[in-house]
Order: sequence, then C-alpha cells, then structure tokens
Amino acid sequence: MNFGDYGGRYVPETLIPALDELTAGWEAACEDDSFHAELHHLLTTYAGRPTPLTLAERFAPGKRIYLKREDLLHTGAHKLNNAIGQVVLARRLGKRRIVAETGAGQHGVASATVCARFGLECVVYMGEEDMRRQQPNVERMGLLGAEVRSVDFGTKTLKEATSEAIRDWITNVETTHYLIGSCVGPAPYPEIVRELQRVIGNEAREQILAAEGRLPEVVVACVGGGSNAIGLFYGFLEDADVTIVGVEAAGAASLGTGRAAVLHGARSSVLADEDGQIADAHSISAGLDYPGVGPEHAYLRDIGRVEYVGATDDEALAAFRDLARTEGIIPALEPSHALARARELDEELILVGLSGRGDKDLAEALAHLR
Amino acid sequence: MKTLVIYLMAEPETPELARAAVEGGADVVELGFPFSDPLADGPVIRRAAERALARGMRTKQCLEVLARTHELVPDTPLVPMTYASILEAYGWDRFAEDVAAAGGSSMIVADLPAGDRDGLRRIQLVAPTSTDERIALAGRQTDGWLYLVTLTGTTGARGDLSPALAGLVERARRLVDVPLYAGFGISTPEHARAAAELADGIVVGSRALEAAEGGTDALRDYVASLRAAL
Repeated sequence: MNFGDYGGRYVPETLIPALDELTAGWEAACEDDSFHAELHHLLTTYAGRPTPLTLAERFAPGKRIYLKREDLLHTGAHKLNNAIGQVVLARRLGKRRIVAETGAGQHGVASATVCARFGLECVVYMGEEDMRRQQPNVERMGLLGAEVRSVDFGTKTLKEATSEAIRDWITNVETTHYLIGSCVGPAPYPEIVRELQRVIGNEAREQILAAEGRLPEVVVACVGGGSNAIGLFYGFLEDADVTIVGVEAAGAASLGTGRAAVLHGARSSVLADEDGQIADAHSISAGLDYPGVGPEHAYLRDIGRVEYVGATDDEALAAFRDLARTEGIIPALEPSHALARARELDEELILVGLSGRGDKDLAEALAHLR
Repeated sequence: MKTLVIYLMAEPETPELARAAVEGGADVVELGFPFSDPLADGPVIRRAAERALARGMRTKQCLEVLARTHELVPDTPLVPMTYASILEAYGWDRFAEDVAAAGGSSMIVADLPAGDRDGLRRIQLVAPTSTDERIALAGRQTDGWLYLVTLTGTTGARGDLSPALAGLVERARRLVDVPLYAGFGISTPEHARAAAELADGIVVGSRALEAAEGGTDALRDYVASLRAAL
C-alpha cells in the first residue's frame, strides 16, 4: 500500500470502504485469467498495441535515440492503457458511472472513449484554463458523449479538477468508479495505474533488445503525475546498468523542488509551502502542470534509482519543433520535455517515452514559437 | 440536553464570532484551519478557506486565533478541524502539543481515517458507507465523541436531512458507547430538531459561516434559533 513513507490513503472516511472494495476487486482481477485476456484483447484489437519503437536518427545525429511510440496508440496517448484497464475493472465491480479528471485532456479523451465503447456514463472534470488551452480535446470528449464539467476556481487546472472529481466520487461513491488518470491518489490507485501502464516498459524492453541486441544506456520519460514514466521505467528498474531519468517541467518540479506533503489522498513530494499549503505549478504543458507526483516516484528518487531533472517551457518547445522537422513526428508538449533532456545526454543509446502526440498542443505551441 | 457544535473558519475576527456563537447556545466550537485543497468540503467552506489563506491564515496564525478564542470562551471546548497536509508540514506530535497548549480540545483531521496514525488522539468520523467493523474501530479510537457524517458527500447545506442518518445512528449505537454528533447538511432549526431526535448532538458548519458573514449579532441569532430547536 505504501512506497517507503509515501502513499497511503489520506481521504475522508466515506471513501475508505470504496477503496477497500477496489483493492479486493483489483486483486481478484489480477488472479483471473479472463481479466487479463479481456485486457489483452482490447489492447491489441481496439487500442493498437503493441506500439512501435522508432529510431530518431535525424533528431539527434550521432546518437541512437529510440522513441516508444505511445503517440500512435488510439486516442493519441498512453492514457488509454489505464482507461481500458480501469473500465474493465469498474465493470467487474458493477459500476455504471465513471468520473475522471483531466489536465491536457488526453486522459479525459481516453476515459470518454472507453466509456463510449462500453456504454457507460462519463463525467470529466477539467480546469477552465486547461479547457481554453486544450480546446480540441474538449470537443473530442463532447463528441464521444462525455460531459465535461468546467472547474472555475483556484488554479483552474489539473489540481482543482482532481479535487472536484474526488468530491464527485465522495458524493456518488455507490454508483461511480473514479478513473484516476495518473499514478497518484490514495492506495490502491498508484499501484493499479502502474500495473496498467507497465505494458509500455515491457514492450519497449523486448523491442530494443530485438533492435539493438542490448539494453539502452539511459531511459528517459516526462513526469507530471508520472504514469507513462512509471510504466516505462518498470521495464528497466531491475537492470542496474540502465540509467533512468525522469523529466519534470521546470515550473512544476514536484520532485526537484517539492517537499513532503499530502495531496489528493497520498503523501508524496509536492510543491507546497512550509505550512503544507499546496502551491501553484506553472507549465506550458497542461499535462505536467500539477504540483504533485505519484508517491512511487518520490520513493524512487529517495532511494537513488531514478534521477529527476527539469526542462523549461522553451527547451520543450524547441524539442517539439525539432522533432516535427527532423522526424515528421509532432510530439505532445509533455514528452517534448523528455526529448529536450535526452538529446543532451552524453550516452549514445537512449530510449525515450513518447507518451503522446501533439495535435492538441498546436495552437498553444505555435503561439509561443512565433 | 443535546450538544450544539458550531464550525467557524479561523480568521482574525473568529474569537469574537465564537463568543457570539457561545452566547447563542453553542456548546462546542470547531475551528477550521484552512487548507488549499479541502477534499471533504463543499463550496461554502472551500471558499472560506481560500479567503482565510489569502488573508495569511497559516498554522501559526490559526493557533493564535485558537488561543485568543480560548481566552474569550474558556469553558467551551474548541476543536481544530483541518487536513493532514497541515500536520505533515508542522509535525504531527508538535501540532497536537501546540493545539493543546493554545487551549484546544482534541482535533478533527478530515482526511485521516480511523486506523491510520493511531497515536494521534482525535475525533473520528464515520459515514453511511462505513462498515460495521470501521464504525467499531472509529468508536474505539475516537476522542470523546464520534462525528457521524450524515450523508455521502461533502460539507454544505441540503434541502432535507439525510435519510441515511437514522440507519447510521442505529448501527453506531449498537457498536460504540460514546456520544454521537451528526454533521454535514444540517442547516435549519427543522434539520437540527430532526437530527437531534436521533443523535446526541449536531454539527453545523457551512450555514454558520454564512451567518457569520453578517457579524456577531447575526451569528448569535442564528445559533440561538438552532439552540431553541434542540
């Protein structure tokens, strides 16, 4: 349930029985071959797994940078891996209503997509500021039949959207599954999300061994809440020779500059003041614009297994533009942070998690690049 | 006689407001120590917390308000209600010590359920979703009385008293032997009377904060209307 001193269940009592039920349902599903079979079927026939590994020779001349192409997954980001798994689980628990939060909109779109596929009611909370800067995803969610509820107080971004989604869950807990989008939140969510995203790392490990006959020297992924990163990293954590790097937005560096605090049900490393009040994060990337991070990342930082560094908005924008021009791939702004750090590394063989595609970011990115 | 608990957000004016609430008939005053992300709270208390934080009410200032309130109403139990992140930052034991030193009686931590950090003495909450096992656990661990959350939801006024309260009281009576005070969604004298017919006391928060916006006289009158109904 915990990752060292991180994690836990810091939620109102009302939710504790639901978390117990979720834990029991998850454990039962993990031991049930039919759950794994259903998941595998959906991931291969609906989501488009496995996603390819692409060598980005022109992006970083002289290096061998491989991109794990989660941008090619249905709906355009790794978020679908988790949404499919949790919706299959919610159906096993008899829940007919799904509530989710979204920042960049990718998790909201993934949630809306899977709910449409299974005929479930879907309510997505999204900050007003994020709705403005990720308008295409708002429209996609509406088309998919989800109700997007705007959150117009506080930071008007992912932090408040998550709080409102949890408040909805508290109110409707008997009918509703909370489909959290990252490896954050009260136990067992960080573990569930990690396990559902591990497919990224498992595939990437096999693929790079097939392509190169050896493991990468460095594995790099962007970290907001940290779900694509934890999924990719888990393929390589046991490989002591593989350096693992997580890249945060410089203005939302929960691991780089945060402190131990409690946010959204878990103790983790959080941008907070000395009184424990949560601070505002700042990033051009709505998906990284979050003051918290998954508790397991805080643990992996503390034990020294993963190094966490930052990239600025400008560095991410430059990588965004350069990948488009050199490889014909428009990345999301979130993994553009990972690309920015990856191309500066001294090592030669590098694996980067390309967690999503950048269509949603065009307006925001072009406005800054001009 | 049923117990009346009134919730106020810790702000510079709170000691005088608390005195008015006691004059109106409050037996216990809960003092909200504001948190930036209060998951258990609906819009009224959330907005009050945002305002208090904007006015600089951090843990130190809240403890000062607690101490000044204790000077004004020395015979009234004062219960800080806050969230885990505040204690995590301040130090769990240090917080409990400084609350006691400032005149506080126990505390409520809205996002620290029974069974976690057992060494921290506090008033536990149970909800309609709580299992019998958890109600019994909370009853064993609670400090003085048990807070019955009347509904599945966040704090805030509702049209009617939650129909879930009767069943929760019935289960809690069977499982624990401490006083039971009901809160969440209680705002009118009619709610108060109906809830007090079931429980040993009631807690009123959001509507009390709205009354307090009108000043000490308005709050005193509002609390007196609840008192009269009990």
